[in-house]
Amino acid sequence: MKSIKDVGIAGWGVYFPKYRIKCSNIGKVWGFPPQYSDGLRVYEKTVANIDEDAITMGWEAARYAVARAKIDPKEIEAIYVGTESKPYAVKPSITVIAEALDITPKTLGADLEFACRAASEAMEASIGLISSGMIKYSLIIGSDTAQASPGDVLEFTASSGAAAFILSLRSKNIAAYFEGSYSYITDTPDFWRRSLAQYPMHGEQFTGDPAYFAHIISAVKGLMGELGLKPSDFDYVVFHQPNGRFPLKAAARLGFPKEKVLPGLITSMIGNTYNGSALIGLAAVLEVANPGQRILLVPFGSGAGSDAYSIIVEEGVKEKIHLAPTVKELLEDKEYVDYTYYSKYRGLISKFNF
Amino acid sequence: MSKTYIVGIGLTKIGRFFGKGLRELFAEAASKALEEIGNENIQALIVGNMMSSSLSEQDNLGALLADYAGLGKIPAFKVEAACGSGGVAVYTGYSLIASGVFDVVMVGGVEKQTEYPTRIVSKALAQAADAEYELFYGISFTGLNALIMRLYMDTYNVSRDEMSVWPVLMHKNASKNPYAQLRFEVTKDQVAKSIVIADPIRLLDSSPIGDGAAALILASEKVARKLSDTPIEIAGVGMATDHIYVAYRKNLLSLEATVLSAKEAYRMAKIEPKDIDVAEVHDAFTVLGFINMEDLGFSERGKTPKLMDEGRFWPGDKPTVNPSGGLKARGHPVGATGVYQVAEVTMQLRGDFPGIKVKGDVGLAQSIGGLGTTVTTLVLKR
Repeated sequence: MKSIKDVGIAGWGVYFPKYRIKCSNIGKVWGFPPQYSDGLRVYEKTVANIDEDAITMGWEAARYAVARAKIDPKEIEAIYVGTESKPYAVKPSITVIAEALDITPKTLGADLEFACRAASEAMEASIGLISSGMIKYSLIIGSDTAQASPGDVLEFTASSGAAAFILSLRSKNIAAYFEGSYSYITDTPDFWRRSLAQYPMHGEQFTGDPAYFAHIISAVKGLMGELGLKPSDFDYVVFHQPNGRFPLKAAARLGFPKEKVLPGLITSMIGNTYNGSALIGLAAVLEVANPGQRILLVPFGSGAGSDAYSIIVEEGVKEKIHLAPTVKELLEDKEYVDYTYYSKYRGLISKFNF
Repeated sequence: MSKTYIVGIGLTKIGRFFGKGLRELFAEAASKALEEIGNENIQALIVGNMMSSSLSEQDNLGALLADYAGLGKIPAFKVEAACGSGGVAVYTGYSLIASGVFDVVMVGGVEKQTEYPTRIVSKALAQAADAEYELFYGISFTGLNALIMRLYMDTYNVSRDEMSVWPVLMHKNASKNPYAQLRFEVTKDQVAKSIVIADPIRLLDSSPIGDGAAALILASEKVARKLSDTPIEIAGVGMATDHIYVAYRKNLLSLEATVLSAKEAYRMAKIEPKDIDVAEVHDAFTVLGFINMEDLGFSERGKTPKLMDEGRFWPGDKPTVNPSGGLKARGHPVGATGVYQVAEVTMQLRGDFPGIKVKGDVGLAQSIGGLGTTVTTLVLKR
């Protein structure tokens, strides 16, 4: 898909909690040998504290995005959050964030759900809204405090974090612009959480080939076909990152060297932040990429769908990097907790159960 | 009593086929087997399967598969003996031909395991044990085999490294077998460092979960040569059962049902273990491979790991064991496994096995259900 007018990224922001748990600690509690989590290439993950949820983290990321966009929040006319860990099942999250940022009330907005891909859907929709001239700025947030049943292999990776992007028409105030995109969705039930269920279910290996790889590879091939691009045309590749292994495998299958993947592969240090996963990777790449370079961004959501975007970095990127905390700085600001505190922070145990 | 021959074979690759169910897998194998005999009419279908009921919510499997494979409104039924279902299906098909009831029957085996995650499959597999006296207390099949592996290593003073020769050889053999699920080689070091499943059983000591289907066409002496230029005779069959509750067994280092079924199959075929050129034995876990070799009379108790380490039973030796890669690496589509084994030995004797080839006239296939609870041993002759 190509927009009528070029749409770009005016600002970006990332937030993830400072608390980390080592995956080897989780494995020890449940009897997994160290090779297990090492095999996933995820070594530690973020842990949201008791006072954090998808709304608070989304707000943190959004205010950093506003700082980098250098705009008055009132100019934002649409706000979307993609999340699968809404604090309220019924009641929008975005209204809280929009009010806190002083964006309301003349605002479009909704919470979107498509597993880890909802924020990407917001990105596609925003490109359309802006390109058509309906709105000037759109704020997109991917934010999750991902759930995993204690003892499930998912617990090694499901973590917390958020990314936010402000989109606008291509101008001097943008860091990069979208060259084109390609979406690919099918009814593939690889991972789900039923209404009122506390933890999601997943189909083990079924989440790989028929889901993650099939959709990501199809979206990327579709994009390259439509834009007439080949793997060597891209300088950086950012896939959805359910673990540290899948993106490298997808890259190998598509013919991208791992050197193009590693700068945006953040999951190994923070776990899978779900709707933030690929977007945090994109933020990390924007902090190191040079104007003129081309980034391939490919979020994925179970159920299943994937969007491939070709993004060209613009001159405006450099002066924005230090207007808010960088991914590198956030990675360095950390404090380890053990499984006991992790259990408390994530609500696996609670006080006064009588 | 009519002699019974194998005149047609069809196999699917073993793997995780998320897009195929029981019927699609079986139809693929059945149509290949039918092609081999020029699509002659089949008079009956016997299907080996363990878990269609628990994992695919499908009973009445015979009718379903006969219909879907286009075999017509023929007698068709499932036989179930846990992991030994395939061997028992061949035993049943043999009996129907030998007794003169039919002249041409299809013996199929099919298993679809990947509809569910591992913990649910493991629970379904555990139903092969004694539900009231074992399953109820939470022991899994891996747990039972782990007890036996430890006992074997302690009794015969066999080290972890010496045990690892089994998976090393199986993976090496499977790497050449186009139907195998795990087509890669492993080292002893990789076996020893793979994750613990139930101490001392490690991941690489264990057969994988996979889907697959196999089909054989059996024919009477009267019609066999009309259907195939290279019919392979089922020259001896033996089947025996043992206490399902393992605590009742006198000796955990020998599976009595294997000894009894092999004795009967050897007697019928008028052979001795030394006459066998190629054997496909049931090695769901490393230790079972060694115990089976000893129970079948191929080596002395406790000596198999050391003999194998010295090159015994490798390709080129007599017998060559599991040139397919065995359950360990060819894969173990449970109720289909016994049919795969017979198909593989048949291909060896016909000279058209697409992996490691073994020259010879006499082959053996041994299939186990439960922990040596139901065992079939078949001797095939060229």
